[in-house]
Amino acid sequence: MTANDLNTKIFPNWCPGCGNFGIWAAFKNAAVAQNWDNTNTVIVAGIGCHSHIINFVNLTAFEGLHGRALPVATGIKLANHKLNVFVFTGDGDCLGEGGNHFIHACRRNINLTILLHDNAVYGLTTGQTSPTSPCSYTSRSTPGGNIDSPLNPIALAIASGATFVARAYSTDIKSLSQILIDANNHDGLAVVDIMQPCVTFNKDYTHNFFQTSSYQLGEDYDPTNKIKALEKSFEWAGDNSKIPLGIIYKENRPSYESQLPQLKNGPLVSVPATKRDISSLFRV
Amino acid sequence: MNKIYSIKVAGAAGQGIKSTGAKLAKFVSGHGLNVYNYHEYPSLIRGGHNTVQTMFSLDPVNSPIQKLDVLVAFNQESIDLHLSELNPEGILIYDEKMEAPKIESGIKIFPAPLSEIEKGFEAIKKIVVDNLLNNLDMSRDNNKIVITGAEAIGSAAIAAGLQFSAIYPMSPISGILDHIAKYQEKYGYLYKQPEDEIAAINMCIGASFAGARAMTATSGGGFCLMTEGYGLAGITETPIVIILGMRPGPATGLPTWNEQGDLQFVLNAHQGDFPRIVLAAGDSEEAFNLTLIAFNLAERYTCPVVVLVDKNICEHEQSFKPFEYAKYQIETPNRRLPGTGIHFVANSDEHDDEGFSTESAQIRVTQMKKRMDKLEVCAKNDMPSPQLVGPALADLTIVSWGSCKGAILDAMQSFPNVNFLHLTWFSPFPAQAVGEILAKAKNILAIEQNYSGQMTRLIREKTGIEIKNKLLKYDGRMFYREEIEEAINVSLRAAAKQSL
Repeated sequence: MTANDLNTKIFPNWCPGCGNFGIWAAFKNAAVAQNWDNTNTVIVAGIGCHSHIINFVNLTAFEGLHGRALPVATGIKLANHKLNVFVFTGDGDCLGEGGNHFIHACRRNINLTILLHDNAVYGLTTGQTSPTSPCSYTSRSTPGGNIDSPLNPIALAIASGATFVARAYSTDIKSLSQILIDANNHDGLAVVDIMQPCVTFNKDYTHNFFQTSSYQLGEDYDPTNKIKALEKSFEWAGDNSKIPLGIIYKENRPSYESQLPQLKNGPLVSVPATKRDISSLFRV
Repeated sequence: MNKIYSIKVAGAAGQGIKSTGAKLAKFVSGHGLNVYNYHEYPSLIRGGHNTVQTMFSLDPVNSPIQKLDVLVAFNQESIDLHLSELNPEGILIYDEKMEAPKIESGIKIFPAPLSEIEKGFEAIKKIVVDNLLNNLDMSRDNNKIVITGAEAIGSAAIAAGLQFSAIYPMSPISGILDHIAKYQEKYGYLYKQPEDEIAAINMCIGASFAGARAMTATSGGGFCLMTEGYGLAGITETPIVIILGMRPGPATGLPTWNEQGDLQFVLNAHQGDFPRIVLAAGDSEEAFNLTLIAFNLAERYTCPVVVLVDKNICEHEQSFKPFEYAKYQIETPNRRLPGTGIHFVANSDEHDDEGFSTESAQIRVTQMKKRMDKLEVCAKNDMPSPQLVGPALADLTIVSWGSCKGAILDAMQSFPNVNFLHLTWFSPFPAQAVGEILAKAKNILAIEQNYSGQMTRLIREKTGIEIKNKLLKYDGRMFYREEIEEAINVSLRAAAKQSL
């Protein structure tokens, strides 16, 4: 399998220069390297510019409702836990409409990989402030500047109980591919916050901004220390600081599905539904 | 006609009222009697006034009656509130720790150690057997089960091959959740408690997409949150069973009481048109049967199937012959599943056959027709004729649905000239059959537990027949047999007067 085999009859209709192209390429490269195909993989998306990816990758997909990719993915994983389940979501999708599902998915530690397309703006609705937009950000919905504090997806994921939390930059395709592979191999909930530019509607978070304001975490960084990881998650671009990229937090904790006795002998759907004798349930 | 006995157990929440009532029901059923238990309680865990009224008879009994043979009072409030319901020759059992009530009438008074649940129940049993049931043959064999609708629905789902369920707790369907969660390891399916009803329905859709037989349950308020997932199942053609246990709305409404106010909501919820199958049960046995059918219909038509029940059905114990499901066969999935090597997309956007998003006018029309045709096929192949109970020709035809059924059947015992059209299919709707029955009816009385006559409106929409004579109740309380008898008498008198 090559990356081209994963293309479909539809070529991506994202804006030229959109960060989604990098995520698309990185995901396909990881899929080729790991043999993610239609026998073993499902992709799930919410609604937003990100969700169009289901039309551009030749893998069985479920495109759900805005904000609701995670519960759909949870249902898929619990019904057939042998599948690799990737959740494509956006900053508005995952942290606005779907915020409740995000924190609960994190604490459950279900073995899903979340690709959070984070461009800090609502692109598909032509440019409104999102949950990760910075303060003072001006947009169609905040013409006087954003007064809400932005959410920190990394800190939120760690605090909520996610066991693999990473940040990547969409245009660094090689690093992103490797992080996606590591995230999928992790037994538990993996969140990859992918910083990406919206070339049409976000003039603050540009390619140039991400490239000059971020750095890769080195070998000396220990991602298993939760408090240090939380501290690291609050580092952001400033006069004397930059945005850390890489695996920020990693913890070994049993995944949700590994603790279910009903799944010990294989996926729920590996045995066809059968009629059951319930006579012992009737109280006489 | 045999006597209907009626015992009310009353006291504060947390005093063991519910369990005493449940034990009484099992006790009398154990001696071959038919039993119906009616629960009234506020939305509180401790304190607040609770009652369980146990009706039993050698004849079928499906609803409460207004008068009591026995009042078991766990506190003074229970005497203050319910003494007037007691028959003049009735029995009052009170907690021996209370001051002995001073009552000047033919009522017999007994103290009992009610604060000790087991001892108290034994004392109640002895008083009732010695003083009320002394002429009744108690040596009969029991061939009945005593079951709530919640247990019936949960058991039906298990029998029907349930593989995945996600249910957020809410009155009156929490009993379904409890039942399903309890037996998951025994039967090998999975119950997952979701963070909200939105997650509940989306988890079930995901599991069903992956090939699992999936069911959720909620009440009207939770269904408000499920509304977006309802249509998602419709456009992605994902089978899913939704149990909707109705209670009075809007908003929090009367959380622990009864209403049938969600029919029009379920028939119309979500934007746009998509096929939805909507069934409604009148008692626990129907709830059992319709739940079994719902799983197969969902799989056959790859669409959401709603089974409407109400608080009375979900929470009231009733005796039945053990439910029959020997002939039930599981509909095997005939659809694309993930992980099988083929590519397809389940898409909330309009899509082509493979599932790719498209805005093509032609494909849109084809897909809409393909989805909506399911209802017509279902109506033709699966929808039974509605039940007309009683004589084919009658002076009065009652039309109703849901748990009103019990009180109507009981009241009809006194009226051989009344028949009853009990509706259980609402989408698709048996418009022709209902229209023909009602066109032949001499006089019609519609009975519903909601303010606006939601079934009556649907009948008019589907058949053109406007029913003006309606008995509508929306105070949260159950219909008593006597209320239906009175409504029948009023209807028959009005009809007689008109024909003069």
